[in-house]
Amino acid sequence: MDRLKIATAWMGGCSGCHMSFLDLDEWLFDLAAAVDVVYSPVIDVKVYPRGVDVCLIEGAVANEDNLELLLQIRERTRILVAFGDCAVTGNVTAMRNPLGNADPVLNRAYLRPEDLHPRLPAEPGILPALLPRVLPIQEAVPVDYYIPGCPPPAARIRAILQQLVAGQVPTQTGADLTYG
Amino acid sequence: MAAKTLTIDGRLISAAEDQTVLQAAKDAGIQIPTLCHLEGLSDIGACRLCVVEVAGSNKLLPACVTRIAEGMQVRTDTERLRHYRRMVLELLFAERNHVCAVCVANGHCELQALALALGMDHVRFEYRFPKYSVDITHHSFGIDHNRCILCTRCVRVCWYIEGAGTKNVAGRGAECRIITDLNQSWGTSETCTSCGKCVQACPTGALFKRGSAVAEMERDRTRLEFIVNAREKKQWIV
Repeated sequence: MDRLKIATAWMGGCSGCHMSFLDLDEWLFDLAAAVDVVYSPVIDVKVYPRGVDVCLIEGAVANEDNLELLLQIRERTRILVAFGDCAVTGNVTAMRNPLGNADPVLNRAYLRPEDLHPRLPAEPGILPALLPRVLPIQEAVPVDYYIPGCPPPAARIRAILQQLVAGQVPTQTGADLTYG
Repeated sequence: MAAKTLTIDGRLISAAEDQTVLQAAKDAGIQIPTLCHLEGLSDIGACRLCVVEVAGSNKLLPACVTRIAEGMQVRTDTERLRHYRRMVLELLFAERNHVCAVCVANGHCELQALALALGMDHVRFEYRFPKYSVDITHHSFGIDHNRCILCTRCVRVCWYIEGAGTKNVAGRGAECRIITDLNQSWGTSETCTSCGKCVQACPTGALFKRGSAVAEMERDRTRLEFIVNAREKKQWIV
């Protein structure tokens, strides 16, 4: 059997889930021995490749780039895993949703009276526009498995990866489903 | 008191005739998930998490307000019940803004605990993300409507245990919310005794003690002054 091709992606989140992933410490050597990591914020690959087996997605869909990448990932990936509370529920990233659209947070952050030259950031083609509504990833594409947690503890990530690497259907119960 | 005999999950159980299915099951060591139920308060069957199957009825019945009957056959844990309980839970999460990671009740929340007990790995419904207010006008307590699940435990404890009648329910459907007195800010309430029973009864972080959220801690330095005066000036007066 071919080695499993694994990817991770970082959308609208704080990177805490990836930090928790790196918390797997020496087990990462075992993982690297068993799979190929083909796309991730921690490796230098710019374009999401085709034929990926498993992709862990951290963060909610907050801007146009997130949405475009997510659609590409779904198309090119066999098993998509919502990685952490922002991906699963929207979490802190989606706390702006009750305000209606992105304007209140942009105005609050960039148009403050004490700023010398207050202006909203606008760099078309470079800076992706925020979506009016932040989405948990399953509201944008079909998701196969979920790892809740803010962040998910390293042991929880390891458990699901071990099952996926072994070709099993991941099962999570009890404390593995703790949000927050 | 006469006893009645019934079966719960295939076990023959004898219980006092005025007991509910929930009480009889609990006495027999059978756990049924609950959320609006709180020991010591009257039950109202609001949350629907304790639904059970009773032979002869197509309807699912809330165990907390269903009285036992002779020969009753109850099932508390079936595929159908798990299906509906999880759906109820997902609807609760989708209805308001529950952000466990930044909640004062994180790790001490009955809603959060049920999510893992019932295997809710995600919410299949679209989140509503409604806009709700937070009332921190009371000197000791606050209410964050984003986290309220309308179990009305606070209302019942306020009316029937404290006897103050400060907390009430107003509005219908998505407009339904907990109010203070005649829908006024909590700090202006003349009936609230500030007993804090509502905060203790709340299953989530909707009702909380002020001073427990980020940056809310205020120190009382007069305590230090008292100690310094006592040690240095030998004055033991506040």
